[in-house]
Amino acid sequence: MSQHAVRPTPASPTPPGGHLLEVRDLHVEFRTGEGVAKVINGVSYHLDPGETLAVLGESGSGKSVTAQAIMGILDTPPAHISSGEIRYSGHDLLGLPEEQRRQIRGKEIAMIFQDALSALNPVFPVGWQIGETLRQRLGMSRADARRRSVELMDLVQIPAAARRLGDYPHQFSGGMRQRVMIAMALAMEPRVLIADEPTTALDVTVQAQIMDLLADLRRNLDMAMILITHDLGVVADVADRIAVMYAGRIVEHADVRSLYRAPAHPYTKGLLNSIPRLDQRGGKLSTIRGLPPNLMRIPSGCPFHPRCPYVQQVCVDVVPHDLVLGDGRTSACHFAQEVRDDRAG
Amino acid sequence: MFRFIVRRLLQMILAFFGTTLIVYALMFAGQGDPIQALAGERPVTAAQRAYLTEKYHLDATGVGGFFYRYFDYISNLLRGDLGESLTGRSIGDILAAAWPVTIRLALIALAVAVIFGVTAGVLAGIRRASIFDNATLLLTLLVLGIPTIVLAPLAQYFLGVKWQVFPPTAGADPDFYALLLPGIVLGSLSLATALRLTRTSVAENLRADYVRTARSKGLPNRRVVSVHVLRNSLIPVITFLGVEVGNLMSGAIITEGVFNIPGVGFNLFRGIRTEDGPLVVGIVSVLVVVYLISNLVVDILYAVLDPRIRYE
Repeated sequence: MSQHAVRPTPASPTPPGGHLLEVRDLHVEFRTGEGVAKVINGVSYHLDPGETLAVLGESGSGKSVTAQAIMGILDTPPAHISSGEIRYSGHDLLGLPEEQRRQIRGKEIAMIFQDALSALNPVFPVGWQIGETLRQRLGMSRADARRRSVELMDLVQIPAAARRLGDYPHQFSGGMRQRVMIAMALAMEPRVLIADEPTTALDVTVQAQIMDLLADLRRNLDMAMILITHDLGVVADVADRIAVMYAGRIVEHADVRSLYRAPAHPYTKGLLNSIPRLDQRGGKLSTIRGLPPNLMRIPSGCPFHPRCPYVQQVCVDVVPHDLVLGDGRTSACHFAQEVRDDRAG
Repeated sequence: MFRFIVRRLLQMILAFFGTTLIVYALMFAGQGDPIQALAGERPVTAAQRAYLTEKYHLDATGVGGFFYRYFDYISNLLRGDLGESLTGRSIGDILAAAWPVTIRLALIALAVAVIFGVTAGVLAGIRRASIFDNATLLLTLLVLGIPTIVLAPLAQYFLGVKWQVFPPTAGADPDFYALLLPGIVLGSLSLATALRLTRTSVAENLRADYVRTARSKGLPNRRVVSVHVLRNSLIPVITFLGVEVGNLMSGAIITEGVFNIPGVGFNLFRGIRTEDGPLVVGIVSVLVVVYLISNLVVDILYAVLDPRIRYE
């Protein structure tokens, strides 16, 4: 162990203040009849203007819950934000009254969801749904909202937009539906777009088109983007930085290049190794053994220790801090450096 | 949609002939002496017997004779002639007098179900597991558990006779006030069902993904519920109420009987009790048509409310 080379710090790799959006030490619990599930356990990340942060993790790792906490659309109850801070250009969002938070939703921070078929209201035409935001939030007239809706649908490259305004969500293909969703989110030109698994429900070819569209729009409209995904392949081209989540914590935080070249957390390493590769055809696919933890009984010490190939006694006893590895990288692993330098694993 | 309606209308014709045939057969075919059955317990003179044999073509016997008489009845029916009851009144006239009363009663019952059932259902759905939700659950279970044959006399006794809040019976040509208590009794069952259905539907839709989307657009909660959630939640409720209109229109035999309301159900009940074959078959034939049409309207309404439903 080379503890002298790394020093424990508070979670954020860059000093606080000045970020567009910042989540600090967020804790969220779900209080259900069966007990309390600790879904988010001290998540911190930040987003600067114009950049793309990818939040990576398995189902149940807490990536969507964090995003919904930022949006203020968590169902409370059962969800309960027990501590932490979410700051958006200087405002403490969690301290704002609901009416002011509502003003920020959609206008400053917008969100698109995984399954556009269920995320769009099935009984209203898509033009009505895009226009609703414009009419209700910006006070546009019916005709203006209609015109602007066509522009937005053109912007997300829906062919013959004007003719499709009156169509219902179920009349669109999966890819087109997700474009409608994006058009709706862009209606008020938000500064931050949160994309929650925007391509998971789509065919692979369509996935690439939607990712390209999102990347282009982010650049052209000068937005910052939080891209939530469990697909490592998706993030490589689009993201600037990656935060890897496990059991409601961020276990590794790094820029895309360094993370792909040398992951510094055993979980990230496991994820990268489990991507099928052409040069290893015929071999057995590498997997991470075991299952994600039950959030009502998170393991002691490092929550990943029951599945970790590097596990030692210290991992069972002590919760690892975020260790700063230089270049703004952090890893919540007692053996972060060893893992990073171990190219074999 | 057009082809669907045409196909449904064709099916309705089949259903109409099928049901009238069965009712006609049940009323007339099984009996050894149809004329005595028509007259019930009363004695039949030779002249009456000869007249009725002539009138109903009873000289033809066997299955062929039965169908001969059935088609004779149907062809009269299609010309709008429902025939005469055993008391000699035209059945068309009886229905013309009874129908407006039943429709008024049904509309009161429906209004009760919509105003109280749907409103309380929406509130209970929004405030799941609240005191209000649990109180409505208890009340609706109580109402659903008590059959009308118990509820109607109870309401009549307490509200009509003992405390005299409402008139205990309606009588001939009843006004709105006289029909109010029977309407509430009749509507209470629809109210309870509409309430449970609305409550479940609202609670379910509040958890839907599109609600999260609507909230993330920064819409006020009021609008999310009153536009997005309600529009979806009310689809099954309106469908249920549409079917319920058909049920209510077909006459509330028990309620009309208990409160002495001269509606369709009352006349049907009297026809069955006095073994007035022509009256029973006449009323049931019309009810079949009412029921078939209301079901078709509900199916069309369903497609209008939910754009995902398309009929080929």
